[in-house]
Amino acid sequence: MYGWLWRHLPGPAWTRVVLAALAALAVLTACFVWVFPAIAPLMPFNDTTVGAGMTTTDLTGRDR
Amino acid sequence: MTTDGTTSTDATTRHVAEAAPGGRTHDTSAPAVEAAPRRSTPPPATRRAATVAGVLGELMITLGVLLLAFVAWQLWWTDVEGERAQAAIVEELDWAPIPAPDEPAPPPPAPAVMRRDASPPMAEPAYAETFATMLVPRWGPDYERPVSQGVDRATVLDPLGIGHYPGTAMPGDVGNFAVSGHRTTYGKPFNRVAELQIGDPIVVRTADIWYVYRVTSTQIVLPEDVQVIAPAPNEPGVEPTVRSITLTTCHPMYSARERFIVHGELDYWMSTADGFPAEISGGA
Repeated sequence: MYGWLWRHLPGPAWTRVVLAALAALAVLTACFVWVFPAIAPLMPFNDTTVGAGMTTTDLTGRDR
Repeated sequence: MTTDGTTSTDATTRHVAEAAPGGRTHDTSAPAVEAAPRRSTPPPATRRAATVAGVLGELMITLGVLLLAFVAWQLWWTDVEGERAQAAIVEELDWAPIPAPDEPAPPPPAPAVMRRDASPPMAEPAYAETFATMLVPRWGPDYERPVSQGVDRATVLDPLGIGHYPGTAMPGDVGNFAVSGHRTTYGKPFNRVAELQIGDPIVVRTADIWYVYRVTSTQIVLPEDVQVIAPAPNEPGVEPTVRSITLTTCHPMYSARERFIVHGELDYWMSTADGFPAEISGGA
């Protein structure tokens, strides 16, 4: 996979290193900005409220 | 020594013997060099399996690195963003700044302005609207975080900080002003919740009124124990007689197995026009 990427990057070695680093940075940025915020709510370790779902709806009459 | 010598000689002999046939066919000048690579070339099926294993390995390493990046984002970056965002929200409210600890403390308010009668009722704000701030001296003189309407993570708790359970009492009301906040990550407004002592002030500020609550008890409950935010805390169905506040957050830290609950009762309220409560200006 990375071998394939390396072979298909243009230019001499140092250009490839720079390009590869830029690509890695772009992937990481995309993760921080879009991917991680999207999957974080699916993680089970961050809930702070009591009465998840139905109970809170019952108590307050508002859909969560 | 004899054994070593014998082995070495045997290996050399075998190597030459094996290399010879290949070499003889093509180029007699360098038999060993020519023969070695051809014999080590695996059949296509093995080569394909090696490629698949290699790509799989690279994918798993990549996944591991991304998981580490996720942990860094969750535990570090959401706090950086959250603290910045919540500070900006408080600043935007443009309410009187808290006197710095090194400034001489302003005179404490006259006892007459510290009122224990019914405060002017406040209507529930629109969803996700920031209507108050919370100040807890135990968590530092600079601690002031916004309180917004709603407790869902996507619209309120993650981006705005502390959330008010819709349908529970508003500040100063007889009933239970119930709020929730993150204990870790997203600016972690309730990070130091376990340090609270009985009697500690929890100060809620709206545009017009300071509400000074005092901690009466803490408890650890299961996530479904919704009675902690009942109008009379822990007495669902009972008509409330007390002006309560309840904080809910996760417990233990970095887990959602249980909830850490803090209950408090209103000590007094005063108009923001009459200055600062002694609890937050260093006068008490």
